[in-house]
Amino acid sequence: MERLYDLAEVLRSKNAGPLFITLDLLFPDAATCRRVAESEALSPGAVAALYGVRPEDVKIVYFDAANAIKVTIPRVGPTSGAPGDRDVYGAQQHVPLLGLMIP
Amino acid sequence: MDELRVLSVCGNLGYGFPVSSLENGIARNPHYMGADNGSTDAGPYYLGSGDQLTKREQIVRDLGHSLAAARRKKIPYIIGSAGTAGGNPHVDAVLDVMHQLAKRDGHRFRLAVIRAEMDKESVKRAVREGRIRSLGKLPPLTEEAVDESARIVGQMGLDPFIRAVEGGAEVVLAGRSCDTAIYTSYAAMRGFDLGLAFHMSKIIECGAQCALPIGANDCILGTLREDHFELEPMNAGKRLTPSSVAAHMMYEQPDPYLFYEPEGMVDLKESRFEQLDGRRVKVWGSRFVPAERPTIKLEGVRLRGYRTITVAGMTDPILLQNIDEVEARVKDTVASMVRGSLGPGDYELRFIFYGRDGVMGRPGPDGRKLAHEVGVVVEAIAKDQATANSVLSLARSTFLHCGFAGRKATAGNLAFPFSPSDFQGGPVYEFHIYHLMEVEDAGAPFEVSFEQVG
Repeated sequence: MERLYDLAEVLRSKNAGPLFITLDLLFPDAATCRRVAESEALSPGAVAALYGVRPEDVKIVYFDAANAIKVTIPRVGPTSGAPGDRDVYGAQQHVPLLGLMIP
Repeated sequence: MDELRVLSVCGNLGYGFPVSSLENGIARNPHYMGADNGSTDAGPYYLGSGDQLTKREQIVRDLGHSLAAARRKKIPYIIGSAGTAGGNPHVDAVLDVMHQLAKRDGHRFRLAVIRAEMDKESVKRAVREGRIRSLGKLPPLTEEAVDESARIVGQMGLDPFIRAVEGGAEVVLAGRSCDTAIYTSYAAMRGFDLGLAFHMSKIIECGAQCALPIGANDCILGTLREDHFELEPMNAGKRLTPSSVAAHMMYEQPDPYLFYEPEGMVDLKESRFEQLDGRRVKVWGSRFVPAERPTIKLEGVRLRGYRTITVAGMTDPILLQNIDEVEARVKDTVASMVRGSLGPGDYELRFIFYGRDGVMGRPGPDGRKLAHEVGVVVEAIAKDQATANSVLSLARSTFLHCGFAGRKATAGNLAFPFSPSDFQGGPVYEFHIYHLMEVEDAGAPFEVSFEQVG
């Protein structure tokens, strides 16, 4: 088992417009990307639990050309920059994923 | 015309770029150049207030160099999403800089200015006719929400840019724009494949951000041909790889295989990337699928009040264990002190504890581990600045002296780094419109006007 953060070359979050946060996971090679993709660790249910969103609102796309996985979730609190928001650019929302253990 | 060379100056005009990269790009004889100047990334404040994220001196610098290059080469220069949010005050602010530069540097050119603010009556008509749909989790748009908005802009697509260039504009300054339209419009006029043109534009609208090593704003050259395009960073120290270009399609958008424009959808499932030499990448296979009815993406904000904040630190270990109790007591005390003049709906009071859960707003997967120092931001929002100031002042003094279970440090709970301790944040807005509007003619709402500069 290894931590997702240790397997990824890039693990970042950013706004995709003011209503969504998109999380990019880029891996050093196709084998590592496949290992994460084929594990059950990064399921919509697991992401939903980490971010407090509904599983049906979690969108996961596998992008082989870049050895990457993309996860997009709605902002469940205020929209970007509205009162109560904590991260206007959505740039530090990747952290809940760091500790996911990948077989 | 068998190839079209387009120079992207940078991903955000005002963030700076190396002049040597611009000169390298100009030496390649581009047919036109472009720059993006806006984004919603910095939040709703800019659209609401009319202010710009990039300051005037930054625009003077970046527009100064790039406008001089375009005029020297006598090629069209297209700037989109002027002044961060692309509303009328934003366009006017950049226009003012442009006039200043034309005077300073002796430029003479025909300018097209394209406005992107939406008329509220026409948006309300679209609401009544059921032509507006929600994106994400915002509720369906209502006429009341339209009336409440401080400002609404629409993201313009290709048509207004084409009208501007066909009308003889040598420089185009546009309000809120689809980033891709800045670069695709000219290619569309010349009859190039729209799938390839949109895909190329989607990459170069961020300047050389797809290049390695990943760095700040820089220039990139796109060369569009009949059945492919090529990309090359104009900074000699940067290079592209197929995976760096492919990976860029993930940036700031939900799906790396598809993106939507007012005119239709761009499908990248069959896109292929090939290394040409150490620095260039060739791309082909991207397809454009026209929409049945064109749409315009609307962005609107409403005023939520005025903000005042204070920043302080805490390090007493018993205090840190009792922060939740202190927060609740401060809120209760403030509510009882203002009773009679302010009701619960008249102000908002928030506490952000950095070093605990300040970023995520809730305990992390490992629970709530406390740092030995915790920073607090106390925020008050009220209907006017004076009320926000006084609510914040009450909260600050209450917090400073608030008792809690087991308290030993009875002189004060907060370490203030500044005097004065409180800061006015001014008006606070929120995005309440981020909806798609179906239209007959995607170009019609965007007025193009021409003027001679210099």
